[in-house]
Amino acid sequence: MAVKDRIPPVERKPEERAKDFEEVSLGYTEELAILEAKRCLQCKVPTCVSGCPVGIDIPGFIKEISKRNFEKSYRILKSYNSLPAVCGRVCPQEVQCEGVCVLNKAGKPISIGNLERFVADWAMQNNLEDKITIERKINKKIAVIGSGPAGLTNAAEMAKRGYVVDLYEVFHTPGGVLVYGIPEFRLPKAIVNKEVAFLEKLGVNIKLDIPVGFAVHPMELLETYDAIFIGVGAGTPKFMGIDGTELNGVYSANEFLTRINLMKAYKFPEADTPVKFAKNVVVIGGGNTAMDAARSALRLGANVTVVYRRSKVEMPARKAEIEHAKEEGIKFQTLTQPVRYIGNNGRLVAIECIKMKLGEPDSSGRRRPIPIEGSNFVIKADMAIEAIGTQANKLLLSQFEGLELNKWGYIKADDYGKTSLPKVFAGGDIVTGSATVILAMGAGKKAANAMEKFLY
Amino acid sequence: MNEILEKKKLAYGVHLFWIKNELIAKKAKPGQFVIFRTHDSGERIPITIAGVNNNKFRVIVKAVGKSTYELCKLQPGDKIADISGPLGMPSEIKFYGKVLVVGGGVGIATIIPIVQALISSGNDVDVILASRSREFFFLTDEFENAKNVYYVTDDGSFGDKGFAHEKMDKLLKEKQYDIAWAIGPALMMKACSEVAKKNNLKIWVSLNAIMVDGTGMCGGCRVLINNEMKYTCVDGPEFDGRLVNWDSFMIRLSQYREEEKLALERYLEKVGEPTWL
Ligand SMILES: Cc1cc2nc3c(=O)[nH]c(=O)nc-3n(C[C@H](O)[C@H](O)[C@H](O)COP(=O)(O)OP(=O)(O)OC[C@H]3O[C@@H](n4cnc5c(N)ncnc54)[C@H](O)[C@@H]3O)c2cc1C
Ligand SMILES: Cc1cc2nc3c(=O)[nH]c(=O)nc-3n(C[C@H](O)[C@H](O)[C@H](O)COP(=O)(O)OP(=O)(O)OC[C@H]3O[C@@H](n4cnc5c(N)ncnc54)[C@H](O)[C@@H]3O)c2cc1C
Ligand code: SF4
Ligand code: FES
Repeated sequence: MAVKDRIPPVERKPEERAKDFEEVSLGYTEELAILEAKRCLQCKVPTCVSGCPVGIDIPGFIKEISKRNFEKSYRILKSYNSLPAVCGRVCPQEVQCEGVCVLNKAGKPISIGNLERFVADWAMQNNLEDKITIERKINKKIAVIGSGPAGLTNAAEMAKRGYVVDLYEVFHTPGGVLVYGIPEFRLPKAIVNKEVAFLEKLGVNIKLDIPVGFAVHPMELLETYDAIFIGVGAGTPKFMGIDGTELNGVYSANEFLTRINLMKAYKFPEADTPVKFAKNVVVIGGGNTAMDAARSALRLGANVTVVYRRSKVEMPARKAEIEHAKEEGIKFQTLTQPVRYIGNNGRLVAIECIKMKLGEPDSSGRRRPIPIEGSNFVIKADMAIEAIGTQANKLLLSQFEGLELNKWGYIKADDYGKTSLPKVFAGGDIVTGSATVILAMGAGKKAANAMEKFLY
Repeated sequence: MNEILEKKKLAYGVHLFWIKNELIAKKAKPGQFVIFRTHDSGERIPITIAGVNNNKFRVIVKAVGKSTYELCKLQPGDKIADISGPLGMPSEIKFYGKVLVVGGGVGIATIIPIVQALISSGNDVDVILASRSREFFFLTDEFENAKNVYYVTDDGSFGDKGFAHEKMDKLLKEKQYDIAWAIGPALMMKACSEVAKKNNLKIWVSLNAIMVDGTGMCGGCRVLINNEMKYTCVDGPEFDGRLVNWDSFMIRLSQYREEEKLALERYLEKVGEPTWL
């Protein structure tokens, strides 16, 4: 049987969208969603579900779309995933559900992510009330630390099960990476806020501006609460540590993106937080963070080059985002590694780089980049943004005595989020290192199951 | 929460606030700071906790740019949109013996809790207070339990004429100290650190790096300590002044000079003469 091509979502034109921070993809219209949903074969043993870290009934929700039962579709979706509008937008579906859809064999997989997003957006636009069923009130208190996807999911799950939940967040806005990392043009903050508002409806007590470890000591938490979930993420940026890192104009992607996303520095001086408006920006790295930083810098009017030490095929960023970046005019300089920042009066003016070639595969299975001696060259740059990864967030861990960490400094926890301390559970990036939104959510949910068992 | 309970003008552009926040009042230790965001489109600015009392804490703010001008304009009854804290590692307070503490400008506020805690731990504390001129000293009665308090002014209008580090140099010729603190403008801390280094004296300084989150998540506040990269907000703000790379620190402080200027100009266009300063 011939497989029809997948229906592309509506997207804003590169020349138009590259000038603002509004969302790039406009998603499906009702008609397009139905057309795409009808492509689904409704497999008896759906492989797509096995590729979804939270096991959404994918054919189930898609079937309802094809029948125009959007509300029913939403109910199915929401029973598995508490942040569908977020996941539909940012999950790397190409390596998850869509990557294992049977249609890959004969053509293009179903656009599961776009359909998920469509249904979630539809529910929001139609002000569909979430059905809140709290089984029964349980007089036990849970503290959740960190309001990223892991903490949000754990808090929602525990509240639904009837527990009293206090959610602590050090920032002034909940959401973790969803608000300070991923830009507006990929994930509008209004959507995150809506999904967070659902937690409030569940009765979760969101306590902002509180650095746990300093304002509330871990020992106090252990005394006051029946169980604790730690979801503080892997928020501390790493630097390559090459000469000149202290120069003005050198940023971590976290700082650059926090200024842009959380503090709205692109609106400076309407918003008080400044950011430099540079002419030539070099972004170092090849992940989602690098793409987000590059595309944000472009939107501030810069000429942007992404420098990556391996080749394009090894880039860990989502394919769609690399494509979007290219369409918007971002240049890629692969097989290249910066070796030194060059400054003038304390300001960055250029970056010395070296060319690389690929050697044998390393432990990650990707071919190892090896510098080519004598191939050094200089790129002009008044801003460099390092997006080479993050490490465990120290703010809390430095205070949490007795909590075992692994050799990379992340919390040691089993598959159910149990840590070395009896009452304490953990999940998300603070256990695995930088991963994905859906894995953090999955960890929050699994830990909720384990916490319930522990408290029972 | 976060309501301004009391406000007092200490000198031109220097204002004291008592702010209601039980958690911070209960948890703050000497040397720690908070992050303020005065309103919804405001930036996050770090300010030291300069005292606590029951359910409130005190800060002393010097107006230097848009955010601090705005803050100084607030009145009792007004609320600060967000205050996150306490943040940063507390000062290392214990019994040392003889301690010298230098406070310059608004740094005088920062050293109050440190000096008081050092005295409570049984130390003999000598204090040098330095400012531009006589009218910029404030809260000096809070140092009354110190062994000696020495005053220095740039213009000689009170105490010795000169700079804090010169006074420090002189004292070190006469007396032995086991450890020192110096908190104030970067140039003062740098000069004091050089004096301490010459005398083989350990000296803590509190670095006022430019911060965004204040929680170790951006690296914007990074400094070079003994050639190693540290994050001021989570590893500090206090470091051994002898190990700080001062030149790079001061260059980084000037990062947003043009933007800061623009922000202040725009603000003053809107509000007119800052008569409240
Ligand atoms: C720029 C960027 C782009 C990304 N793009 C994608 C993408 O497209 N798709 C995808 O799936 N994943 C993406 N990721 C990864 C994904 O965002 C993370 O894996 C996910 O957010 C991890 O969730 P978390 O809940 O573990 O932690 P986080 O989202 O990091 O949340 C942790 C929260 O804890 C708070 N916190 C920390 N310490 C304390 C404390 N002591 N007290 C109180 N609160 C504290 C933090 O402020 C934060 O709000 C991206 C990451 C970045 C940085
Ligand atoms: C840990 C810490 C504790 C602090 N404690 C206090 C305090 O108790 N009282 C107080 O008045 N200030 C304190 N500061 C400084 C305060 O944060 C800055 O004055 C404030 O951020 C300036 O904001 P602005 O918008 O008013 O000025 P801007 O327009 O941002 O800056 C105006 C001028 O101030 C300088 N400046 C900018 N940022 C800082 C900074 N972080 N530190 C010093 N100078 C700066 C700039 O170089 C510029 O010349 C502290 C800073 C840190 C890091
Ligand atoms: S594997 Fe693909 S075709 Fe089969 S049910 Fe899942 S989405 Fe539909
Ligand atoms: S202010 Fe961001 S890491 Fe210190």
